[in-house]
Amino acid sequence: MASKSFSDRVWSFFSSIKLAIAIFALIGLTSIVGTVIEQQASYNTNIRVLNHLVGQGLAPTAYRVLDALGFMNMYRSWWFLSLLVLFAVNLLVCSIDRFPAIWRIMRAPVKPLAAEQMMKMPIKAEFRLQGSPEEIERKAAAGMKSIGFRAARHEEGDGAVELFAQKHAWSRSGVFITHFSILIIMIGAVSGIFFGFNAMLNLPEGYSTNVVFSRSVDLSDQAENAVRANLMGALDSAGGDINQAARAAGEDAASFKKGMEQAGLIPLNFQVLCQQFEVKYYGQSDMPKAYRSLLTVIDHGKPVLTKWVEVNHPLKYHGVTFYQSSYGLMDDLSNGIAELDVKSPNGQSVTERLKIGQSFQIPGTEETVKLAEFNPALAFDDSGKAITYSQMMTNPAVRVEITDGKGPGVSKWIAQRYPETWSLPDGSTVGLKDFWGVQYTGLQVRKDPGVWIVYLGCITLALGLMVAFFMSHKKIWIRLEPEQKKKGTRLMIAATSNKNRQAFERTVEKLALELEKGGK
Amino acid sequence: MESSLFFGLSTMAYILAMVVYITYIGFRKKAIGVTASGLTMFGFASQTLAILLRWKEFYQISGMGLLRSIPLTNLYESLVFFVWCLILGYLIVEFRYKNRSFGAFVTPVAALALLFISLSGMSTQIEPLVPALQSNWLLAHVTLSFISYSAFALSFSTGLMYLIATTKRGEGAYAFWTVTLGVFLAVLMAMVLDFIRFKAAGLAPGSEEFIKSFLFKSTYKNPEASMRLVSYLATILIIFLTWRYGGALKRIIEGFKLQPATLDEITYKAVAIGFPIFTLGGLIFGAIWADQAWGVYWSWDPKETWSLITWFIYAFYLHARFLRGWRGHKISVVAVMGFVAVIFTYLGVNLLLSGLHSYGSR
Repeated sequence: MASKSFSDRVWSFFSSIKLAIAIFALIGLTSIVGTVIEQQASYNTNIRVLNHLVGQGLAPTAYRVLDALGFMNMYRSWWFLSLLVLFAVNLLVCSIDRFPAIWRIMRAPVKPLAAEQMMKMPIKAEFRLQGSPEEIERKAAAGMKSIGFRAARHEEGDGAVELFAQKHAWSRSGVFITHFSILIIMIGAVSGIFFGFNAMLNLPEGYSTNVVFSRSVDLSDQAENAVRANLMGALDSAGGDINQAARAAGEDAASFKKGMEQAGLIPLNFQVLCQQFEVKYYGQSDMPKAYRSLLTVIDHGKPVLTKWVEVNHPLKYHGVTFYQSSYGLMDDLSNGIAELDVKSPNGQSVTERLKIGQSFQIPGTEETVKLAEFNPALAFDDSGKAITYSQMMTNPAVRVEITDGKGPGVSKWIAQRYPETWSLPDGSTVGLKDFWGVQYTGLQVRKDPGVWIVYLGCITLALGLMVAFFMSHKKIWIRLEPEQKKKGTRLMIAATSNKNRQAFERTVEKLALELEKGGK
Repeated sequence: MESSLFFGLSTMAYILAMVVYITYIGFRKKAIGVTASGLTMFGFASQTLAILLRWKEFYQISGMGLLRSIPLTNLYESLVFFVWCLILGYLIVEFRYKNRSFGAFVTPVAALALLFISLSGMSTQIEPLVPALQSNWLLAHVTLSFISYSAFALSFSTGLMYLIATTKRGEGAYAFWTVTLGVFLAVLMAMVLDFIRFKAAGLAPGSEEFIKSFLFKSTYKNPEASMRLVSYLATILIIFLTWRYGGALKRIIEGFKLQPATLDEITYKAVAIGFPIFTLGGLIFGAIWADQAWGVYWSWDPKETWSLITWFIYAFYLHARFLRGWRGHKISVVAVMGFVAVIFTYLGVNLLLSGLHSYGSR
């Protein structure tokens, strides 16, 4: 018996609304701290935040305390996850606890009421009608049908007839649908954490890989970085083949893979290649309008899928999704290849692809054009000197040196975004179409088998809320009592609604008015 | 830029309506009330026209589809839309409850929001969209979010009026509303000061300079420690004065001749409409959009976290009301707190915290 009372106590603890309130408050208050402290940020970032809040003197102490409590990565801390679990258990137990009573109300058939009971209902009307009782009953039934009720009929010994009905009793389940949807979403989120990953990949143009970087790795940890560099080196020398790399390291493939995952490197079962990356800008500004990467999936050595990936338009292969998230310029610009559209004065055109330092001849002329220099963001300072004004490839340009073998050569900048810079003195044009191989595309890589559960939960949540807030369980009774003395019928209407009573009251009033007029 | 003409007209109409509504409460002449309603409706009509015109301009400039060109992409446009929803909600309430007094509380909120636009010096230019915003979920997410914010603003107004009308000094709820209002007034005054300094510095309006270098720099973030101290003392004084003379406000609200029960009911109804819309549009559609754009449906960034906190407060409101039968002071305090969280989700996160959503601070 003692154990039963103990389990009862546990149950009533978890089903209490007080616990729910406490959890709401704790999740809310601790979350606020998490929005002030930047999550998974560097020491310096948060020290700066704390300097602002508590002053220079206290900031290091405050940092140590908050760090020890897990606030630097609080949404993944054990205590925050425990709060979420507690929230889920509370939600489940509360729902199970309250469901049977609501289920009985939902299943209960509506019963005829005595006249006195009807007068106690929140919505009621009463009036007398002349005419045949059958006709009045027929009209009353039709009126109920017109507002969506299918009336049952009950006749009493004294000739009184009662029509009664209910509708949308099931709408009382809306609150349970809502609560269970939240649990479904949480289940989806948990399965995503256990069976999926969330990773990043910076892939230069022309490169391919089968390894992505987990987003939860700490890139400031030098020792871990060294481990990762080692593993990547081993993988590179094995040509990206994990099995071969494992053999070379004297391990079996499974434990090698596990080692990679522990270091935050996630191996994919296929290769992904970035063929090209490009940015489009708004007019002449440097504000990007769109940026996209041409990705190719290579499975077992064969290209199987090629797609332009842009923001809001990801690529999906074998449960892994690649999202366009950022981009940037590589440190080493020496491997870039300029793609040039060359038109000679006599109309001949060719496309040239060359590296810096290489040269070509304009067809039909004696002129040689040498690519002397590349600038990813060309601008000129006050003295007219060429400078690089941005860290991105916002204004790619090449400097060409043109010689015809006789006089001194001409030097000229050709910018991709400015076609007016493309024409040469002799009437030919050299258009810079692209400077390929110096940008990388920043991809977010995700595998989340739980996302469909989350979506399902979202759909049922939306439905549950609509039912819970915008539908109500309504009941209506119409009682017809023949009155011998006055040769008429006394008509009583009563109704209830568990929500939005005023709207239903208006509907019933309208029905009463129609019956009163129609009966005359 | 014909749209700015109509925006100006609507701002003026709302400010005038505010004055006339307050006069109406003083004199209770039907003609004054009708004038106030007429002004509000005129303001609403010109604002509707202005939004449609801006939509058209944006559509022509951006060269994107009609739905993607909806002018809801920066702080300015979203504030304008918020005011529009709020006035629409108010006009419905005025029509349904046949009571105009309430306008004296809603039109100031609208006027303050529009005033905030010019005070903060935020950009009113039509700006091109960054790639992440080029999504159809934007329309659904932002529109529904602001409809729910407007419903919450309505519940805030009625909840606060309920508190003002029914509490007296010495009660906890009285302290709550006077302190909330005091802080609100102090922050607003601090921003006015910043704005005056900003104007004196002769910087072009619409620059982000204001938020970066001026916001609270004359007061709470003043380089001089003594000025910071004075600012905090002044804030405490303002709170004290609100607390001391809160009774005057109470007499005004009592002049509205609104039943506290009606206020409580409107508060509840506004939350009951706002909450499901907020859940669907704010949280669910926001998550779907983030999932499509970034591959993460929930990343605990400050905006998301504050939306969740807001959601928890309103969920608490509903549960306390239905399961614990909370009515009156306690539940009104929760409604007021809910909207404070809304304001922080909407403005505080952009102005004070950073995150994935920082595009909204432009």
